[in-house]
Amino acid sequence: MDTDSNKIIDEVTQGDYKYGFVTDIETEFAPRGITEETVRYISTKKNEPGFMLEFRLKAFRHWLTMTQPKWAHLTIDPINFQDIIYFAAPKKKENLEKLDQVDPELLATFNKLGISLEEQKKMTGVAVDAVMDSVSVKTTFSETLSKYGIIFCSFSEAVQKHPDLIKQYMGSVVPYTDNYFAALNSAVFSDGSFCYIPKGVRCPIELSTYFRINAANTGQFERTLIVAEEGAYVSYMEGCTAPQRDENQLHAAIVEIVAMKDAEVKYSTVQNWYPGDKNGKGGIYNFVTKRGICKGNNAKISWTQVETGSSITWKYPGCILLGDNSVGEFYSVAVTNNHQQADTGSKMIHLGKNTRSIIISKGISAGKGQNSYRGLVKVTKNAINSRNYSQCDSLLLGSQCGAHTFPYIQVGNKSSVVEHEATTSKISEDQLFYCQQRGIDTESAIGLIVNGYAKEVLKQLPMEFAVEAQKLLSISLEGSVG
Amino acid sequence: MLLSIKNLHASINGKEILKGVNLEVNNGEIHAIMGPNGTGKSTLASVIAGRDVFETTSGEILYKGKNLQKLSIEERACEGIFLGFQYPVEIPGVSMTNFMRTAVNEIRKYKGLDALSGSEFIKLMEEKKKLVEITSNLTNRSVNEGFSGGEKKKNEIFQMAMLEPMLAILDETDSGLDIDALRIVANGVNKLRRPDNAFVVITHYQRLLDYIVPDFVHVLYEGKIVKSGGKELALELEDRGYDWIKKELGE
Repeated sequence: MDTDSNKIIDEVTQGDYKYGFVTDIETEFAPRGITEETVRYISTKKNEPGFMLEFRLKAFRHWLTMTQPKWAHLTIDPINFQDIIYFAAPKKKENLEKLDQVDPELLATFNKLGISLEEQKKMTGVAVDAVMDSVSVKTTFSETLSKYGIIFCSFSEAVQKHPDLIKQYMGSVVPYTDNYFAALNSAVFSDGSFCYIPKGVRCPIELSTYFRINAANTGQFERTLIVAEEGAYVSYMEGCTAPQRDENQLHAAIVEIVAMKDAEVKYSTVQNWYPGDKNGKGGIYNFVTKRGICKGNNAKISWTQVETGSSITWKYPGCILLGDNSVGEFYSVAVTNNHQQADTGSKMIHLGKNTRSIIISKGISAGKGQNSYRGLVKVTKNAINSRNYSQCDSLLLGSQCGAHTFPYIQVGNKSSVVEHEATTSKISEDQLFYCQQRGIDTESAIGLIVNGYAKEVLKQLPMEFAVEAQKLLSISLEGSVG
Repeated sequence: MLLSIKNLHASINGKEILKGVNLEVNNGEIHAIMGPNGTGKSTLASVIAGRDVFETTSGEILYKGKNLQKLSIEERACEGIFLGFQYPVEIPGVSMTNFMRTAVNEIRKYKGLDALSGSEFIKLMEEKKKLVEITSNLTNRSVNEGFSGGEKKKNEIFQMAMLEPMLAILDETDSGLDIDALRIVANGVNKLRRPDNAFVVITHYQRLLDYIVPDFVHVLYEGKIVKSGGKELALELEDRGYDWIKKELGE
């Protein structure tokens, strides 16, 4: 990783949000606002079977009975849900011959983002599902993977081709009644990825989804479902960017993971939605529900997230540890700079015996950023001999930012052990002087110190992502100490 | 002349610490600065390095003929000024290897040289470790984290060897060292000595000067250099303390 650190430091000097461009492409929109008609419109557009429409409508009706949660340590301007466009799809050009042919404009867009959708030029060993606004543009390597019995396709395609699997698992980990944004997503979700690893199969390459918001005034509501059958293994990565705009845009996603007996799923996120400008104008509202269930014994689910974007982040990736001896992990680095706010953490629900979980959370606040860790560790009566270790560290840069920790711990038996450690530190003037005296300028020094601070989390990421994440950390903190 | 300090006054939070320091250092020389606690020795080192908590109120520092005040801390470092810290700071999670590689390449960039490749860098590091007699795997550990007092000081000398400065200021590098560590530190300095570079060694104790033989010894007292002499001055100070100097000054 040392080799890359230097490259990264060189790039730090370039700064600013690099993904803020807009692709000029003809887009088809749903009428603005949300009613049952909107829900039906989306379902019809996607040519969905009846059970999907029914699910969406139930979710929508439930959503109408709910109110937006206010418990998070976030200051959010009121969201006018009738002012949002819930479906936007890049129009398919008619002269394209094959169905799977991709508009060159879209290929160019993803190339510009560093994502190649042509398999021969692929990132080594990574299969990509590229989602722009409400639809999946292309999934690479689907055919190669199918030889192993692995299904990796867009959610929409899965609804058409594997309705039984969708019916069985969709909403089984995050029901539409779970929370306000989960209900909204369940009503209007557009696309996302579906991934199924059959019994005993170790997925030979990394799977990834790249989410891109392009259209203005549009919300993105994606939904991802990963099912790992007995003894299966998969490592999955997710990346996201959006154009630079003055108004806020809503992103409310759901990710569900099901891990059967002896299965292991690693889920990594590098979240880099547009964070808003230096004065807090614009930026993505990122409300995400991510949850996995270790259904069988000895299953393992591991979440790793590097959160540098969005003006508001609200997410608590969690694990339900149902199987005995199952393991849940959460590793997080969350950066808030300028006016960004994050309320993020994890939920570990211990139900099975001898279940173990670990939470490592590293918050970094700069500018006027507000960074909160919120986490629930719940050990039920029957989850005997279970263990949790939580470590929540906060790093403050400057004097106008804030770091907060809200741990919730419930232990229902006497044989389990739960540990919680928390620290708050600052980059000291002594550390900066020491680096500068060795010839390293302030920006690079901060990049170095912050990457050192986040090392425990970054080392959990797959190689391709770790490099990206290191760069992001340095860039997103640029100009934070002056 | 490498370094020329003229009538330097510097203060922190409005309190004047340096009250007219004059000092000249030529290439190839070793200078020792001694003096009682709290007389401004470390402040002088920090001001030369450019630490901005100190305000230079008057006087000037010329380095290689250039006015240093116009250069940032890192520019001074890239120009060849090295400070061996009295209290080296810890940087958790950043390996010494990564830290040094960043420093070496930043300095190379400043000089218009290409960055060292991974293998070139490792080779250089092994060479320098040998030179300063570091046998442990210190370079795999985080910068100064969990280092003993002696390891931290040896690490400063290792960094000096890596960065090959023109002017190295060692701020009480000998304090808290046992005799073996002291010897390693002193040997490091002696091996790195060249006709074109210079050392300013700040110390309380004459014993370091048994190993690093200075060309000049200065006494810094109440923000001024009040007495300068050859290496025998250090012996005299060891023998007689500082009271006689205070008397000479008419206090």
